[in-house]
Amino acid sequence: MSDHATHNAHDDGHHEHAHDGVEDIHVTLKGYATGFCAAALLTILPFWLVMSGAFSKTGPADAFILLLAAIQIIVHMVYFLHLNSKSQGGWNMLALVFTIVLVVITLSGSIWIMYHLNQNMMPSMMRDVHNLP
Amino acid sequence: MSDMTMTVSGGSGADQALTFHVTEADHPENATLLGFWLYLMSDCLIFACLFATYGVLGREYAGGPSAREVLELPTVAINTTLLLFSSITYGFAVLEMQHNRRGPMMAWLIVTWLLGAGFIGLELTEFMHLVSIGAGPQRSAFLSSFFTLVGTHGLHVTSGLIWMIVLMVQVGKKGLTPANKRRLMCLSMFWHFLDVVWVGVFSFVYLMGVLA
Repeated sequence: MSDHATHNAHDDGHHEHAHDGVEDIHVTLKGYATGFCAAALLTILPFWLVMSGAFSKTGPADAFILLLAAIQIIVHMVYFLHLNSKSQGGWNMLALVFTIVLVVITLSGSIWIMYHLNQNMMPSMMRDVHNLP
Repeated sequence: MSDMTMTVSGGSGADQALTFHVTEADHPENATLLGFWLYLMSDCLIFACLFATYGVLGREYAGGPSAREVLELPTVAINTTLLLFSSITYGFAVLEMQHNRRGPMMAWLIVTWLLGAGFIGLELTEFMHLVSIGAGPQRSAFLSSFFTLVGTHGLHVTSGLIWMIVLMVQVGKKGLTPANKRRLMCLSMFWHFLDVVWVGVFSFVYLMGVLA
């Protein structure tokens, strides 16, 4: 927001060709290539681990797959969606952080609570219910 | 609101009205792209709800087939490849757009469109195969949530494909005007966002589903 003076200078009336920020986004071939290579690696690795049978059981494997997915999502955000803390005065990042908080609450909350509800519906409890007079 | 200066003209001229002038425009720059980003974030919440639904119901097979039995990883690997390549080809289109080279940009858009169409084609084939072997969305809670999540993503990709055709027609008619460039950047964000969601889908649904 350092360029107010220059904007005010030609601010009479509406923006004729709107400052929509298209010019502000600096895309480079190098950026896309880096992002693509990183994303490809982060895709091939989990697919290979699962399809080759190296991962046979859940548990640590699940956590590892989710970790790789999280890293790949960050790679996509930075190199393909051109996200950084400066873009659009920081509002992009703020909206993203807020969304991540909501997503984490929704996902972990749902899975956590429904898992415990499932526990309460285990056959042992059902037997108790059936034994009721 | 920013400070507002009120210019009151001298009392002599009766026809001179009060003029209000906002010295500092209170709308941020890049308003369209920021607004589109906010839409993407709200879309993210829709997908979060669908992921949560799948996370809760994804292991409830109701005696039907399990994820390991019906999900085919080779198909998904091809689909993932198609979508990732369509991401980078759209990136090439944006690079050409920034150099105002309309022809190469259109060519990359067509390549992107074909890759996206291939993705949808493979996904529809997979869905039809599942329905034909009696593993349709009505079979079990797992399959209901699976079809809802993956189908919603597929619908988004389909919308992106339609949007891409519209933009190609617009660019063909009007050229790379600032408005068209803005639209192309919005579609770029949409397209890359769909790839981000797909990362979640292939990890959470397919890879972890097959492991379970």
